[in-house]
Amino acid sequence: MNIRMLVNGAPAEIDVPGSRRLLDVLREDLGLTGTKEGCGEGECGACSVILDGQLVDACLVPISQVDGATVRTVEGLARRRAGEADRELDELQAAFLAAGGAQCGICTPGMLMAARAYIDGGGGPDEEAIREAIAGNLCRCTGYTKIVEAIAMAAGRPAV
Amino acid sequence: MPVEPPIEVPRTLVEAFDVLASAPHRPIAGGTDVMVQISGEIGPPPDRMIDLWRLQELRGIRLADGVLAIGALETYTDIRRSALCRELVPALVEAAATIGAAQIQNRGTLGGNIANASPAGDTLPVLLALDATIVVGSQRGERSIPAADFWIAYRRTALEPDELVLRVLVPPPVGREIRFRKIGTRRAQAISKVVMALAWRPGADADGDGDGGAWRDVRLGLGSVAERPIRAAKTEAVLEGARPTTETADRAAETLAGEIQPIDDVRSTADYRRVVAARVLHRLIRDAGGW
Repeated sequence: MNIRMLVNGAPAEIDVPGSRRLLDVLREDLGLTGTKEGCGEGECGACSVILDGQLVDACLVPISQVDGATVRTVEGLARRRAGEADRELDELQAAFLAAGGAQCGICTPGMLMAARAYIDGGGGPDEEAIREAIAGNLCRCTGYTKIVEAIAMAAGRPAV
Repeated sequence: MPVEPPIEVPRTLVEAFDVLASAPHRPIAGGTDVMVQISGEIGPPPDRMIDLWRLQELRGIRLADGVLAIGALETYTDIRRSALCRELVPALVEAAATIGAAQIQNRGTLGGNIANASPAGDTLPVLLALDATIVVGSQRGERSIPAADFWIAYRRTALEPDELVLRVLVPPPVGREIRFRKIGTRRAQAISKVVMALAWRPGADADGDGDGGAWRDVRLGLGSVAERPIRAAKTEAVLEGARPTTETADRAAETLAGEIQPIDDVRSTADYRRVVAARVLHRLIRDAGGW
């Protein structure tokens, strides 16, 4: 099946079986390995990406449903700076660094995308709301406190 | 990588019916159940699939002649955000909010919950308690199936192989009370150990003691306590015509504990489910009686 989509702002066109998982298209066909596979059954959120503005588990989306859609992955968070080789971190990435929100790192791309969807949807620094927003993302290091803190910082909570 | 079965992607409902008339295909909507089978984690993957995601005919939440019609492709997020659902079927909104987390709610659909027919499907007890009707269709036409007749055995429904769930009809809930309660290991991402929806029509508080009058049209829908979502008919009979008193609650709870047939599995035990189902019902009646 011929699939055309926008991935992190750039057009992509591939010809793959329509039942291939979005996760496999991103990692295997497009080489975007920032999105991780954890459980492969929608329990852990490691493969979270933003599809047409909505947070989804990429392991549960057949690519047939992505034709004509917009996909945002962790690789699309940092912004290019005109005339410079490196990129400027998204405020969430910067906050995760500042707060120590990443430990082993496997859940981090999914956490960042869940947090991005939360803030893009108008979410603020309220702890309970943040915890609900990342309830579908598991951190096996159990480092939730600093993740929540990082998201609250990025969502506008003044630093203490 | 998981297997990648052939998948048809119809653009209209008529095309979808044609595909299903030609050969059995496993329907996929939001994928939250079917894509797990693709991974081969639970049972054999489907041979052929049909992707329903683009069928606009199966979307929309509308009110016509007081009947609420919810399209099969409406997601849990859609239901949570729908002003009509929040006003008319708050228990369904509550159930939708307990399913998975944002990633699942954005993709999982009401029609998928119905067709997947898990005994633990969280919206299903609510549909039973609301006297909902499930409208299904195929090339041969449409037919309406009462929710109480839809789940016929373990993971088996009244759907023929060429039929799709099209929409759910909920009769006017005017004058009816309904309560929903789900018991799981944690608040998000948990598959229910017990899930319950209780609906009734309160009578006038004749003696003015504040606990209301006799209940009518009592419906008690339950999940995770039998091989399919069920209505507890014996317990409903105990509650029908009764006032929400301590004695009523005791009797209903005892009847329910004897009526359900839960099992031991990875999520819970039969004993726990029996005790908790009875206690949750007791609590709902107590809250309604205000004692």
